[in-house]
Amino acid sequence: MHFHGYDTGDFHDEMFLPDGTPRPEAKLLVDTITSLSGGELQLRQKSAERTLLELGITFNVYGHGDGTEKIFPFDLIPRIVPADDWARLERGLKQRITALNLFIDDVYHDQKILKQGVIPREVIESAKCLRPQCVGMNPPKGIWCHITGTDLVRDRDGQIYVLEDNLRVPSGVSYVLENRHLMKRTFPQIFEGVPIRPVDDYPSRLLETLEYLAPAGAGSARVVLLTPGIYNSAYFEHSFLAQQMGIPLVEGRDLVVNNKRVYMRTTKGFERVDVIYRRLDDDFLDPEAFRPDSLLGVAGLVEAYRAGHVALANAPGNGVADDKVIYAYVPEMIQYFLGEEVIIPNVPTYLCWRDADRQHVLANLDKLVVKAANEAGGYGMLVGPHATVAQREEFAGRISGNPRNYIAQPTLGLSRVPTLVDDHAEGRHVDLRPYILYGKEIFVMPGGLTRVALKKGSLVVNSSQGGGSKDTWVMAATGGAQ
Amino acid sequence: MSTILLSRVADSVYWMSRYIERAENVARFVDVNLNLSLDSSLGMSQQWAPLVATSGDFALFQERYGEATRENVIEFLTFDAKNPNSILSCLRAVRENARTVRETISSEMWEQANKLYLMINEDVQSGRVWNSPHEFYADLKLGCHLFQGITDSTMSHNEAWQFIRLARKLERADKTTRILDVKYFLLLPHVQDVGTPIDDIHWAAVLRSVSGFEMYRKRFGRISPLRVVDFLILDGEFPRSVRYCLQRAAESLHKISGTPMGTFRNAAEQRIGHLRAELDYTSVDSIIGQGLHEFLDDFQTKLNTIDDSVFETFIAMRPMGTSAARS
Repeated sequence: MHFHGYDTGDFHDEMFLPDGTPRPEAKLLVDTITSLSGGELQLRQKSAERTLLELGITFNVYGHGDGTEKIFPFDLIPRIVPADDWARLERGLKQRITALNLFIDDVYHDQKILKQGVIPREVIESAKCLRPQCVGMNPPKGIWCHITGTDLVRDRDGQIYVLEDNLRVPSGVSYVLENRHLMKRTFPQIFEGVPIRPVDDYPSRLLETLEYLAPAGAGSARVVLLTPGIYNSAYFEHSFLAQQMGIPLVEGRDLVVNNKRVYMRTTKGFERVDVIYRRLDDDFLDPEAFRPDSLLGVAGLVEAYRAGHVALANAPGNGVADDKVIYAYVPEMIQYFLGEEVIIPNVPTYLCWRDADRQHVLANLDKLVVKAANEAGGYGMLVGPHATVAQREEFAGRISGNPRNYIAQPTLGLSRVPTLVDDHAEGRHVDLRPYILYGKEIFVMPGGLTRVALKKGSLVVNSSQGGGSKDTWVMAATGGAQ
Repeated sequence: MSTILLSRVADSVYWMSRYIERAENVARFVDVNLNLSLDSSLGMSQQWAPLVATSGDFALFQERYGEATRENVIEFLTFDAKNPNSILSCLRAVRENARTVRETISSEMWEQANKLYLMINEDVQSGRVWNSPHEFYADLKLGCHLFQGITDSTMSHNEAWQFIRLARKLERADKTTRILDVKYFLLLPHVQDVGTPIDDIHWAAVLRSVSGFEMYRKRFGRISPLRVVDFLILDGEFPRSVRYCLQRAAESLHKISGTPMGTFRNAAEQRIGHLRAELDYTSVDSIIGQGLHEFLDDFQTKLNTIDDSVFETFIAMRPMGTSAARS
């Protein structure tokens, strides 16, 4: 397949320079793809999709009756991250997680950052995901955000920004591992000679991170993964990670709390549980502590956690820092806690509770992206330039009605990667979600989930809104196997 | 670290295994009947109703279809989604159960469960069930065997695997008694046929439906109803004979609990022990003397009580503080 006529458009293309020549790190890949006979790439693409179906690598679609499964569309042309970009991202992500962890701990303890006026108190106190139940809690080893999946985007000028932090229950890492596996299975020759950093050790790293949290004296730690069950959209990932780590996959009904200790129901009776990697939102975790109508959680779990008899990853309460208004203050947090300049900047953000910002936002709705402070998955969002007048008016009403709940950002021209469309490649917008583990030390997995908006011109990469994914190749620094 | 097994997971692997065995058996029954019905001179072309009786879902069938034609029965047993024991429903249940225990079984097992389900859906869509029924059922049987082979060779023979084997053997014992029950009733009334080539063909068909024809020949040579009954119930070596299945099921049950064979510490072990002793010390003459149907009926009821006590002993959710399966 050739790339003649491939148009990088007015965007940063991750594979080609504006003049149409491949970026240095992509040269080998472009050569390999170019050398393929016509139709071969499509054949492999079809075979990859068939494999995904046979492997049952699917996600559940909400609102389509229960149990509707779809494969997460996969595009065979990988996305490449050059070694020097990655080195900076890795430093930036470590910096960010360190500061965010200190921030969350501070919010639930001394609130120094509020007392010193770095972040307005009312912003924190009005945050929907602030959990009063977590005040004074001391998670094992002082770690709150054990697993983070930070969303990064690159604008037209090549600048990479943090779009969201995702400190609660980030998903998608299984697709990173499976995408790589799938690429090797369907397209082995494409890897030849390219110094790609491996991602396969993520489950081992994750297990280490979790075992590190076990209460002292627990002996060999009994770690489990708590899932909402097979109808959850990320169920595949839950079972995949449990399988890869060799730990039990449990549902709320498998667990019981007795005397502030957590047990699971086994064929031989009740067995102690030391660490829970929970893939359940705070709200559903424990009907006694959070939503009383939750049927998915475990009554008494938070009490056991507070007593230090069981560790939870991630810690409850992290959602406060995922609030998009509070996100805007992360550079200030980094400055305050670490005395450093932020390495990966935030997307410039207008906070609608500020009068001046709000007036600007309302006057420029056709240029901005507006987001609700606590929504995810591409919901509660207005992409101004693509919206109708009626949609913009509706959002203007919502913003004026509840300014605290809305932020706005300039519409970024997300970078693009060539993506297979019928018999040729076209540029499609992508983001990047690397995964960060915070245990004994902070580990940034050298790779991540590249989500791609498959619809032409679309900027929404979420799987629930027509997004797919690509294998993500982080290049080893030179001196590797080139 | 010793592997632990969640009760919920034990339940799921157990049913996954029962359903794959059930799917295979239904495929066997239908396939053999299809073969027989080709020989219209044998008067078998109208014998589709007994097949439904074998499955134990005759009432549901009558309600949904009425007349037991070839097409109706094949549809009901193969891909009627409203029949919980159709092959399609069984394979869906296999897949759903496998999906909830993907972390416990091997990836290869999950993949095969998934492929089988995709296969039957595609075959129903494409009409292959009607165009090439023998190939279709042969592929199904092969697919089920493949699943069991993959299970035995990719999964540790740990507690979860013992539940899988326990379920497979209990289901198989049940199915062998059912086919025997129905065929015996169907074949016996034709007294004038006894000892004739027609009788031979009928009994050979019974044996073929459990892949037992050749092994029977090696053991007994000539076909006789009594010996077929003997072979399918009491043989100690044929893998689909009832007694063989019970022996293996008991072994798995004891492996799970750690109780030595010949003793018991829970109701499941006690009941399977009783039933085994019964088979060990009976003879085909006394079975026939008691009445084959009565014997099989009683046997199926007892198998069900074993199933119930497996659930009670290992799976039922009991509140903390009450005694568990094993202290």
